[in-house]
Amino acid sequence: MIGDKPRGLRAHLPILYPAVTLVVFFVIPFGIMLAVSFFQREPGGFYTTDFSIDNYAGLFTDLFGRVLAFSIFISAFCALICVAVGFPFTYFITRMPRRAQVVWLVILVSVLSLSAVIVAFAWSLLLSQTAGVSNLFVWLGLMEKPVSWSPGFWALTCGMCYIAFPYTVLVLYPPLSRLDPHLPEAAQTLGASPVTTFFTVVVGSLRSAIVATLIMVFAFTLGTYLIPTILGRPQHWTLSVLITDEAIYRSNLPFAAAMSVFFMVVSLALVGLTMLAGKGRGPAR
Amino acid sequence: MAGLFLKDIHKRFGSVVAARDVNLHIPHGRFVCFLGPSGCGKTTLLRLIAGLEHPTRGRILLEERDITDQPAHQRNFGMVFQSLALFPHLTVGGNIAYSLRIRKRSTNDCRRRMDELLELVRLHGYADRHISQLSGGQRQRVAIARALAIEPRLFLLDEPLSALDAKLREDMQLELRMLQQRLGVTTILVTHDQREAMTMSDLIVVMGPDNQVHQMGTPLEIYRHPADTFVADFIGTSNLLGGVCSGRRQVAVSGKTLRVEAMPETVKEGSAITVSVRPEDISVAAGAREGENHLQGRVTFVRDVGSSVEIYLDCNGFQIVSQSTPKSRPAVRQGDAATAFLPPSACVVLTA
Repeated sequence: MIGDKPRGLRAHLPILYPAVTLVVFFVIPFGIMLAVSFFQREPGGFYTTDFSIDNYAGLFTDLFGRVLAFSIFISAFCALICVAVGFPFTYFITRMPRRAQVVWLVILVSVLSLSAVIVAFAWSLLLSQTAGVSNLFVWLGLMEKPVSWSPGFWALTCGMCYIAFPYTVLVLYPPLSRLDPHLPEAAQTLGASPVTTFFTVVVGSLRSAIVATLIMVFAFTLGTYLIPTILGRPQHWTLSVLITDEAIYRSNLPFAAAMSVFFMVVSLALVGLTMLAGKGRGPAR
Repeated sequence: MAGLFLKDIHKRFGSVVAARDVNLHIPHGRFVCFLGPSGCGKTTLLRLIAGLEHPTRGRILLEERDITDQPAHQRNFGMVFQSLALFPHLTVGGNIAYSLRIRKRSTNDCRRRMDELLELVRLHGYADRHISQLSGGQRQRVAIARALAIEPRLFLLDEPLSALDAKLREDMQLELRMLQQRLGVTTILVTHDQREAMTMSDLIVVMGPDNQVHQMGTPLEIYRHPADTFVADFIGTSNLLGGVCSGRRQVAVSGKTLRVEAMPETVKEGSAITVSVRPEDISVAAGAREGENHLQGRVTFVRDVGSSVEIYLDCNGFQIVSQSTPKSRPAVRQGDAATAFLPPSACVVLTA
């Protein structure tokens, strides 16, 4: 039976449910958004059915370009930090005894239960002048007087990485725990120090997993809306903030839709390029 | 004395003992097999030598230098793992040249040595292949070449042939043995296959389920003069007859007296001992016959596998197995009365 092509309606029933769900909850809404992006805004009202590319033409402004570039930059930056920290971190977790691994994973998963609002406000408090960590540094004699680090670029980076880090570890955990423990050992018997082993064998043999994780974290942080508004200054606002602003506060749905579509196309193109780059080098499997 | 010494090596994992008071001397340039059933600690011993584990107590000496605390990457040993542990992200050439590259040898040097090694393991022209494109036997060869790239002081192999099918395995055994003889590198191979150990090694170290070394010697020594009942039983097949020492060179076995050629001096009259006789040393004749070292019994089973014939006799509750060539096959059938002759020179007395 297995391997046979399904015949008739009955045989296709099992995939009907996911197919319908996909169409109803993904394809149709996206279709509506795509359609709306070509509509005409009606000042003071909603929008009128039309086919104009004015909305897309309106994208070519300094502001949009700058925000788009920043959104992509901050997401890529956070993805790099998360993987750079998360990969060795996950590697050490997978080398631990089973019981300790479970404790670490439970801690990470419980971080996921925090809402972005709580995370953002916690960080803004932690980096504030009045109650933040700088007071601790002053007490330790490392700084002259307490300063405010939030809102700001690094506050935003901290908040976004904090949200994305548990996902990074959870995505990296399966490939790392499947890594044959004899591979690092073989490298050591061949004369590689533990550090050399880590970079040449552990990182090397898991390159495709690293690329996949980079893409995942990048795509995940692209959609952040709340954290930039709390932890960032206006110049740190991402495209999601701009889109929300346009759609909700200015009621310009067609323009917001056009921005979203364009943003998605650019992100997909970047993801595709990263995948190609990951595949191009060496014999990745 | 040159070579590798293990002194009072003891290794515990939590409450489990993996190696118990191991004392060994592995002479320079020899091919040594660690042989034993699974769980006897032979792999642990190899990993201790490689530096991948640290002994709970005891010292490891190589050429009179204590290497117990030297980390694995400074020992310059080549090791072939059971899973082979080939790097999946590197090509055949990349795998073989790995140890040279991290030692920052020049590209030309790497290239030359890599070609040499590919030639050595008969994989010329495979340098740019991916590991996933190779067959089991070819992967085996890549792992061997990789381990030999730096001209190791010790060549360690952890059951590297167990994943191969029988035919390829025998070819590789021969090939590996000839390679070792050509290079003259001190080699330790871990195996649970006694045939493999007999084929390849100069010396065999037999380990038992009690995680101790039971005997070390040449294959023939171990086969002809096993140190105890475990070794006699584990290496080849053996008839083990429990008895009592009943005089100078005499053993009482199930109401009969067997004469043996040699009796250990420690054995006193009346102490319990075991007599080990190899099946191929026992000759069987039809009918009940009397005589020295003759045991009368009944044929319970005849196994004819073509190249040899095995006859199972029931002699007063003892099972005796004899093996003979088809030419000298005794004319007996299942159920017949028969007599087994155990030559005194073939009866080895074991005290443990």
